[in-house]
Amino acid sequence: MKQDMKRNIIEIINVSHTYKSADIENTIEALSNVNVAIKEGSFVVILGRNGSGKSTLAKLINALILPTEGKVIVNGMDTRDSKYTWEIRRTVGMVFQNPDNQIIGTTVEEDVAFGPENLGIPPAEIVKRVRNSLEMVGLSEFGNSAPHLLSGGQKQRVAIAGILAMKPKCIVLDEATSMLDPIGRREVMNILQKLNKEEGITIIHITHNMDEAFVADRVIVINDGMIVADGTPKEIFSDVDKIKDLGLDVPQVTELLNELGKYGYTLPKGILTVDEAFDVLWPFLMNRG
Amino acid sequence: MIRDISLGQYIPGNSPLHRADPRVKILLTILCMVLIFLVNNYFNFLILYLFTGLIITASEIPVKYTLKGLKPIAIIVIFTIVINLFTVKGTPIFKYGPVEISIEGIDISVKLALRLSLMVIITSLLTLTTTPILLTDALESLMKPLKFIGVPVHEIAMMMTISLRFIPTLLDETEKIMKAQASRGADFDSGNLLEKAKSFIPILVPLFVSAFRRADEMAVAMEARCYRGSEGRTRMKQLKITPVDYKIIAVTLAVASALIYLQYG
Repeated sequence: MKQDMKRNIIEIINVSHTYKSADIENTIEALSNVNVAIKEGSFVVILGRNGSGKSTLAKLINALILPTEGKVIVNGMDTRDSKYTWEIRRTVGMVFQNPDNQIIGTTVEEDVAFGPENLGIPPAEIVKRVRNSLEMVGLSEFGNSAPHLLSGGQKQRVAIAGILAMKPKCIVLDEATSMLDPIGRREVMNILQKLNKEEGITIIHITHNMDEAFVADRVIVINDGMIVADGTPKEIFSDVDKIKDLGLDVPQVTELLNELGKYGYTLPKGILTVDEAFDVLWPFLMNRG
Repeated sequence: MIRDISLGQYIPGNSPLHRADPRVKILLTILCMVLIFLVNNYFNFLILYLFTGLIITASEIPVKYTLKGLKPIAIIVIFTIVINLFTVKGTPIFKYGPVEISIEGIDISVKLALRLSLMVIITSLLTLTTTPILLTDALESLMKPLKFIGVPVHEIAMMMTISLRFIPTLLDETEKIMKAQASRGADFDSGNLLEKAKSFIPILVPLFVSAFRRADEMAVAMEARCYRGSEGRTRMKQLKITPVDYKIIAVTLAVASALIYLQYG
């Protein structure tokens, strides 16, 4: 594996996080004793149902919140050290759930420029970066458009461009596709795969949509603040019953093959896409014909 | 339909007035306001109006748009004319019982109407040729000296920018909430004024709650993108004085000095 040669860009070491509240009943432990290391250049999908602690994990990586216990190391920098805060946020960009609430500029261009402006980049360089970033997400013609006239998928691509303009090493998407329609979702997923392959940007995609998991190199499942499964998409989804026990869905074809397995058909495990399923099922259908 | 509303009343174009530096435009608008109040005879008013006509031609904006701004202030203009007509004492030319109209009264009211209309036309020319965001940038730049006496100039400008950005989003949301309430039987159209006002409470409450939530998420998103106030921050768009600005400044200053000479010289 060539990835084993790469260094860890994010290391989460013995991290617990508790949301404190004045009355003890409302004190919630969102994460308990989590250990993860994420390699540079990988595409990681984090799955978990609502309230599993996955958003907390995202915010910890960006130093938006600090761990109650343990430490988070981003590109060699400890998030607890406040002198690294801005460098960490520049290294790890974050895309949030609601596209409307993260666009600051009144035009697409202005919004993409917001990050580099905050970093104090010279104007001529900002113009260049804005142009490049919009090109990477395929929104070059929309530079002067008003954000509220764009579709949901386009808005999230603007948000991604805004992060690209800060030249990050890693992008964390906190349920960034959950408010989009299927077309918008596909747009965003295509961009993410492209950025991961062509630019070598590490992608951490947090979602509860299973269909987005199989493009990943690695899937991490979180439940009740703990990591309960960690592996390649094939490994994770070969145990359909375990995934369902965790309150998550499995892709339709995976479930179909699993159910067929119960009726005595010998089928390979961990089939994730329609194409793969077709290749597996076609011989059966041919034999019957 | 609510999405189509344009912010401010900017009309896109590429005239010299559109291309001019917004700071220059703001300062020259202020100069024009001063001139409007300095000028005090009809010949000079004629010159000012001709000058305004020249600006409108240069701005390539249809005259009807520049005059549109007059409609809402028509009542104020008429009201002040009437008050001045009847209250200013002088040589009477019309008398009926206690009502008396003097030449001075007519003179003052006509000039007032001329001044008010001109003010509106010139300020709307500023907003018709400048995008709200450029106006904000220009104000931030012009107010910079106030920073030294503790005015949070950058913060004010940032707030203005974000409000501009959120007007369409919140309008959208209002429409959605109204539809949601209407589908549950809310009635916004009947009853007297008080009842109508009351029926808007179920719209305002959710709207405020959501606006606060948006503000909260927005703040986190801004921090995640390294926003930390004005310190060390650069701007992509730099305001620059170009040859167009020199020409506009020269013409305006020439007209201004001519008027001041005619008035006081």
